[in-house]
Amino acid sequence: MSESKKIIKNKVAFLDRKIPRYASVLGITVLLLLWETICRMNLVPPLFLPAPTAILSDGWDLMASGELMNHITASLTRIVGGYAIGATVGIIIGLILGFSRWADAIFTPVVYSIYPIPKIALLPLIILWLGIGEMPKVAIIALGVFFPVLINTFSGVKSVDQTLIKAAVTFGSSHFNVIRKVILPGALPTIFAGLKLAAGTALLLLVSAEMIAAQYGIGAMVLHYGNLMITTKLMFGVMILSLLGLLFNRGLHWLENKLIPWK
Amino acid sequence: MRIVVENVDKKFVDNNKREVTALENINFTINEEEIVVLVGPSGCGKSTLLNIVGGLLSPTNGQVYFEGTNDIEPNLGIVFQEIALFPWRTVFENVIYGLEERGVPKKEREEKGKYYIDMVGLTGFENAYPKQLSGGMKQRAGIARALCIEPHLLLMDEPFSALDAQTRTIMQEELLTIWNRTRLSTLYVTHNIQEAVYLGDRVIVLSRHPGKIKSIINIDLPKIGRDSEQYRDQFEKYADEIWGLIRHDAQEALKEA
Repeated sequence: MSESKKIIKNKVAFLDRKIPRYASVLGITVLLLLWETICRMNLVPPLFLPAPTAILSDGWDLMASGELMNHITASLTRIVGGYAIGATVGIIIGLILGFSRWADAIFTPVVYSIYPIPKIALLPLIILWLGIGEMPKVAIIALGVFFPVLINTFSGVKSVDQTLIKAAVTFGSSHFNVIRKVILPGALPTIFAGLKLAAGTALLLLVSAEMIAAQYGIGAMVLHYGNLMITTKLMFGVMILSLLGLLFNRGLHWLENKLIPWK
Repeated sequence: MRIVVENVDKKFVDNNKREVTALENINFTINEEEIVVLVGPSGCGKSTLLNIVGGLLSPTNGQVYFEGTNDIEPNLGIVFQEIALFPWRTVFENVIYGLEERGVPKKEREEKGKYYIDMVGLTGFENAYPKQLSGGMKQRAGIARALCIEPHLLLMDEPFSALDAQTRTIMQEELLTIWNRTRLSTLYVTHNIQEAVYLGDRVIVLSRHPGKIKSIINIDLPKIGRDSEQYRDQFEKYADEIWGLIRHDAQEALKEA
């Protein structure tokens, strides 16, 4: 008997294989090293691709002179302001459209006809309305954030379990409390999906608007050094943008875990 | 206080724009401290009827009312088949939801919440979220939420149908113990005949297409301990009688699906 023994092995062990923690930094480190070596060996001219160390040292100069701070402050004010306005209005209108059938029937066609417009195309019009200055940039970001947040909030509201609404009404909730205590928390996971989506849009619109018409701001800085062909400082601006995007995403992720502990 | 269901009809328009009669000429009352069980095959409209009584659906004709209210605004507590606990609220917050919406002071909410959580045996789980609980424990919280508002009528829509057989047996026993303490008038919907005979003072058997009352059966057995040996024969007789009434309809329902 014993020589014909066949042990049955777990054939799906690869599904829960443990990966060491250093793996996540491995890719980036190798890429940076490779990049640095290529530049040091003068395989490409530094004008096209400066070495990471050169970028960092020129970036340090930018920081030391205080120039960078001006750009970052300008950009942050615009994006935070625009994002906050767009997200708040988007969530409120989304809740109303989702809850009221009348509002839904009347306004949803309006929303869907404006939604597909690439928002940056509206910048000249908005500048005409609001003048040059901070307002049109904040407005364009708010507009770009508003739509994805609104549409996600709307579909989040629609996906709230009907029995939960029935339960709330049975136990004495008013319409306002149904929205506040059932529909809003029920739609929150979907709302966050919209907020994350909108973060990318906001960054895109920020940079575009700053490239079109701005004195300060990361977008303006990148364009400026591009025109001067100072690639190191240009690349440093791009790196700051990447960092900003990452920070934005992490922040939203943190907020999501904070606000949705029941998931 | 009695609940009267009077001449209730319910008609729907189905997807093919045809009118379907879900309920026809439904008349019955629920007396104080009485458990009335609605039983019938799938598609007989028993959940529709419970929703009408619960104020979650309007009847096409007829009405449902409380009689002898002495100007008190009657309360309804519903236990849902889908349990319908708010996932973002802890057990305690779920249980006191109705009190919160009625503006009951915090101290009283805490006392009552604690009392009913204890009654359903969930002490120690007050701060757990629903997803951390098993199916049976979730439904205990659902029951506590309905009891907590001290309703004049308790509605239960197949509350244990999603539970496994063993848990269900335990929950049925516990429900009777709870009833013994609260003495609530109850309308209970089920498709399980054993459950109907075990819990009901009266069992209303519904037929399908249209949903009509086929028979109302008084269960003349003591409320507690119907599953004991000495009542086994009578229990089986009631169950057989009800099954006899439903069997044909249930087979028809199977063919349609």
